[in-house]
Amino acid sequence: MNLTLKIWRQKNANDKGKMVDYKISDVSPDMSFLEMLDVLNSQLISKGEEPVAFDHDCREGICGSCSLYINGEAHGPDRGVTTCQLHMRKFKDGDTIYIEPFRATAFPVIKDLIVDRSAFDRIQNAGGFISVNTSGNTIDANAIPVNKHDADDAFSAATCIGCGACVASCKNSSAMLFVGAKVSQYALLPQGRVEAVDRVKNMVAQMDLEGFGNCTNTGACEVECPKGISLENIARMNREYLFANVKG
Amino acid sequence: MSGFFKSSIGRKYAMALSALFLMVFLLQHFAINILSVFSPDAFNEASHFMGTFWAVQFVLQPILIFGVIFHFVMGFILEIKNNKARQKSYVKNNGNANSTWMSRNMLLSGAVVLAFLVLHFIDFWIPEINVKYVQGDMSGLLPSGEGFRYYEELVHKFENPLRVGAYVLAFVLLSLHLLHGFSSAFQSIGANSIYKKSMKGLAQVYAIGLPVGFIFIALYHHFTH
Repeated sequence: MNLTLKIWRQKNANDKGKMVDYKISDVSPDMSFLEMLDVLNSQLISKGEEPVAFDHDCREGICGSCSLYINGEAHGPDRGVTTCQLHMRKFKDGDTIYIEPFRATAFPVIKDLIVDRSAFDRIQNAGGFISVNTSGNTIDANAIPVNKHDADDAFSAATCIGCGACVASCKNSSAMLFVGAKVSQYALLPQGRVEAVDRVKNMVAQMDLEGFGNCTNTGACEVECPKGISLENIARMNREYLFANVKG
Repeated sequence: MSGFFKSSIGRKYAMALSALFLMVFLLQHFAINILSVFSPDAFNEASHFMGTFWAVQFVLQPILIFGVIFHFVMGFILEIKNNKARQKSYVKNNGNANSTWMSRNMLLSGAVVLAFLVLHFIDFWIPEINVKYVQGDMSGLLPSGEGFRYYEELVHKFENPLRVGAYVLAFVLLSLHLLHGFSSAFQSIGANSIYKKSMKGLAQVYAIGLPVGFIFIALYHHFTH
C-alpha cells in the first residue's frame, strides 16, 4: 500500500504546530498502525529528520497509552480497538490519512502526537480507590457476596483503560465517560459503597477543576471507546452525584 | 446542595429538568390546539380557561417564561464553557461516525425554535396581554359579542402562507431538537438505565409525533379556510 500521511507536528508545548505531509510506500496491510508509524520514523531518522513522537507501551490494547485521532476518529475507524490494535488493512491503497493528537484543553500537547493526560491521574487520585487495610490481615474480597449482575457491571466499568478517547471524541471534550466508569466500578460493589459519597463528589470536583467540558449526551464517547464503556455509567454517576449531594 | 448547581452534573440536571418541564408544557399546548380541528367550541372553552384562570396566568405562565429563558441561557452558557474545553479544533473530524447531527447541533435547532418563540410572543402573547390587561377586556368575546374570539383568531393566523411556512420550519427544527433532547434529558437525570429499552421508541413518538401534530393543525386550518 502507498499512503499519504498528514501528521500534526509540534516541537513542544509552546510551538504553534502544523500539519506536515509524508509519503510512505510498501506498507503491509498486516502491519498495525503503530508499526506503520515505526517504519515512517525509521525513514525519517535515516534521512536525518526528527521522528514523529507518539505514545505507546504494551501494544496489546490494554495499557491505554496509545492515542491518536485518525481520519477524524479517536483510535481510527475500527471499533473496540486502540490504535495499536488498528491494522492497515482498514485503509486502502492511495488513501490520505490524517493523524492528529487527542484535542482538549485539559490534554495539552507535549510534542507532536503526545498529549499530557495526567488530568485523568489527578481525577483518579481524588477518589478512584477504596481505603483498605493492607497490613497483612486484608479480608478476602470473595468473602463478601456480590450480586452477579452488579459484579458484571462493575467489571465492565473497570475495563476502562483511561486512554482518553472519550474526551477526544466528545465535541465538548467531556471526561464524564471516564469518570462515570471509575465511579461505577466502585459504586456497584459493597467495598466501594463505604466511601461512595465522598468519591463521586471529589472526582466530579476534580474533573470540573481540570477544565473538561460538559456532557451533552451525544454518545460519541461510547462509540469510540476501545473498551465499549456504556453511557449507563454516566447516568449512574449522575444519580450517585445527586444522592451524594442530598446526603450532604 | 449549595455547590450542586455550580457543578457540571448539577447543570446537566438543571438543563434536563427545565427541558422536561417544557416538554410537559408542549404536550398540554398540543392537547388544546388539536381541539381546534375537532371542536371549535371545545377549543374556545379551553382557551378561555387558560387565558383567564388566575393560577394559569399568574403562576404557571411566569414559570413557563422563566423555564424558556432559563433553558436557553443555560444552554448558551454550557456551549461557551464547552467551547473553552477544546480551544484547538481538529483539522479533520468525522462527527457523523459516532453521533447524530441532532445531538451535535442542539444550540442551532434550539436557536431556531427560540426565534420562532419570539415571533410567537409578538404575534400572540403581546396582543393577548394588550386585550386582557391593557384594554381590560377579559370576556374573550368577539368584537360583535357573538361567541368567543379564540377560534376565529387562530383560523385568521393560519391564513398567511408565510406564517404557516415559518411555523412548519420551526416545528421541523423542534422535532430535530427533541429527537436528541427527549432521551438526553432522561439520561442527564440518571434515568437512562431504568428506561433504556422503551426510551428510544418513546422519544421518537414524542419528538416526531408532537411536531407533526402541530404542523397538521397549521396546515389543516390553512387549507380548509
